[in-house]
Amino acid sequence: MSVTDLGMPAFPAAAARSTRDTRLRANLRHATHTIRDKRARAVGELGDWAQLRAAGRAVKDRTLRHLDHYLERLEEAVTAAGGQVHWAADAAEANRIVTRLVRATGEREVVKVKSMATQEIGLNEALAEAGISAYETDLAELIVQLGKDRPSHILVPAIHRNRAEIRDIFRSEMGDWGRPAPDGLSDRPAELAEAARLHLREKFLRAKVGISGANFMVAETGTLVVVESEGNGRMCLTLPETLISVVGIEKVVPTWQDLEVFLQLLPRSSTAERMNPYTSMWTGTTDGDGPQTFHLVLLDNGRTDTLADTVGRQALRCIRCSACLNVCPVYERAGGHAYGSAYPGPIGAILTPQLRGTASELDASLPYASSLCGACYEVCPVAIDIPEVLVHLRERVVEGGKVTRGGVKTVIRPAKGHAAERAAMRAAGFAFGRPGLLRAGQRLAARTRKLHPRRLPGPGRAWTDTRDLPPVPAESFRDWWQRTRGGEQGGGRQESGQ
Amino acid sequence: MRVALFVTCINDTLHPRTGRAVVTLLERLGVEVGFPAEQSCCGQPQFNTGYRHASEPLALRYARVFRDYEYVVVPSGSCAAMVRDNYPRLGEKAAAEGRGSALTEAAAEAVPKTYELTEFLVDVLKVTDVGAYYPHAVTYHPTCHGLRMLGLGDRPRTLLSHVKGLELRELAGAEECCGFGGTFAVKNPAVSAAMGADKTRHIQETGAAAVCTVDNSCLMHIGGVLSRQGSPVRPVHLAEILASTEGNVL
Ligand code: SF4
Repeated sequence: MSVTDLGMPAFPAAAARSTRDTRLRANLRHATHTIRDKRARAVGELGDWAQLRAAGRAVKDRTLRHLDHYLERLEEAVTAAGGQVHWAADAAEANRIVTRLVRATGEREVVKVKSMATQEIGLNEALAEAGISAYETDLAELIVQLGKDRPSHILVPAIHRNRAEIRDIFRSEMGDWGRPAPDGLSDRPAELAEAARLHLREKFLRAKVGISGANFMVAETGTLVVVESEGNGRMCLTLPETLISVVGIEKVVPTWQDLEVFLQLLPRSSTAERMNPYTSMWTGTTDGDGPQTFHLVLLDNGRTDTLADTVGRQALRCIRCSACLNVCPVYERAGGHAYGSAYPGPIGAILTPQLRGTASELDASLPYASSLCGACYEVCPVAIDIPEVLVHLRERVVEGGKVTRGGVKTVIRPAKGHAAERAAMRAAGFAFGRPGLLRAGQRLAARTRKLHPRRLPGPGRAWTDTRDLPPVPAESFRDWWQRTRGGEQGGGRQESGQ
Repeated sequence: MRVALFVTCINDTLHPRTGRAVVTLLERLGVEVGFPAEQSCCGQPQFNTGYRHASEPLALRYARVFRDYEYVVVPSGSCAAMVRDNYPRLGEKAAAEGRGSALTEAAAEAVPKTYELTEFLVDVLKVTDVGAYYPHAVTYHPTCHGLRMLGLGDRPRTLLSHVKGLELRELAGAEECCGFGGTFAVKNPAVSAAMGADKTRHIQETGAAAVCTVDNSCLMHIGGVLSRQGSPVRPVHLAEILASTEGNVL
């Protein structure tokens, strides 16, 4: 769990706040709709997308079934190629390992490739505590870092900012971190990019340590892969003397042939490109070329616990393309920060409560941060049935049940605060189990319809604050049927006529 | 052909006109309709909120109540999807928990005979022109469960396109969720309302007199927002349009 996540309000409250931020909603709407339309076109170009998607899903599932085997092969291959492998059970251990490795170089600053894994564990904050400055070099991550902000999207971390805001951040903050923004900087994209380029170039040329994540790790050769659009990643991966890569254990794929599937699925789903502008691959170390020391930190942090859950484990297929965020109507209104973790949107709503558990109020509210519309499942390039997992996790929240935490099987109790709901569900179940009772209730409601309030108190207010209630009709369907069609037994024509 | 109407609990209680329209429509097409009074709820609200165990007796009841029928027609995309997609899941999960095969058998009985209304019309009766007359401009919102879980495709629009007098207006962002989502509407009211506001804005921009869906639950939310806004656009279930005739416009 990242330190920045502590103290977050539960999703509904955070989302209610962001829906009132009209600029945020406009920024998000514009950005997500643009990219979702482009994605649809890029995917539509491939006649065999459905087969590719099935293949991606199958490769991931097969790998996850034998994860221990492939991770051991990966470790052997990385070691044989001159790298060192470290195993981190949780965020704290990963942060300790990376801090120790950076300290051993004697350096006080590092350059970073955009990485979800290091966001997840709060590495920048941990390094800062150890007196080490970590510089983000991805343009959007730089904007977030300079703005003392948090990322709100997997692919476009500064999606919640518009150009004018970015110019203001560059103008006021760049100087404190290195080369200041040029005088008279405008909000033209080319000028903003140039300012970032000059600012970052200084850091690339000075840094002795680079920190990255990876999109994939190929077990057979120990090769790591980063795909990106800007080229900053390639600078970080090749210029420093020491490279430390922090990667979730689920990112391994068995062979280069498997990789081929994902190098097609990922770019079209995420940036709507046919191919990523930069695909960097590194295997251990090579004399006289690139980093001379290479460390791979393999991060678990709740992943093997997630793997133990037969329904929820499909979340580990995720390749972080962000397509699900861009089509999600809830993400579009709530914004990424409301999800309280590095993983926002539909994937965050199922991944975070599995990686962290459902003990906190926020994590218990995430499985409900969806209308179950299914748009996320439709676009997911590895066919993760997100609605299925959401409902599965809702059951865990309201009923408790068997889970694996820290490798140990345990039974958790229902989350607090669902007593009234559970009672209502029981009462409904009782009535639905006795159609006579249901009818009596309907008749009572019909008889008292003139007295029904237009605005409800208590939880019903959540409905009537913005919506009218449908009026209760004078006669239910079953009463109409009985009156016009049949006897007391309610069989109607079915009994008399057939 | 023994056809039962599963009217669904929401329609039964709050939208009886829809059930009556289905009966009128099917009888006009020569189908004999039965209504077993022992039916109740499909269990969708319980299941989708996380109370899987509370939905189990309702699935068993559904299979039992409709046992003698060849077809069950459901004027609700989401309830039909509950039966078709989630009853088998109930069976699988119960079996995995070592609780026998009753639910699996119930699903095996219920799933193949359950048809959402437009599926029944187009796939079973093989009609696309049901002889309806509805002299209004209408826009159609494809609800998420009908669209993605059932895969209704263009069946509803095809049926609408044959209705005399009806002018179908294109809805911008049609495939976006309206924001109802069952208990989502009260668990995340701010987001739900924001989605509802965008949906109704698009609906009003069509200039249509009515908005139509195959699901009264979504329509209840959309209609609730429209009503609060004082909009004249009428929410109407597809069945009511299809049941309308020159002599009797519903
Ligand atoms: S869940 Fe699927 S769509 Fe969402 S980020 Fe992961 S791979 Fe992409």
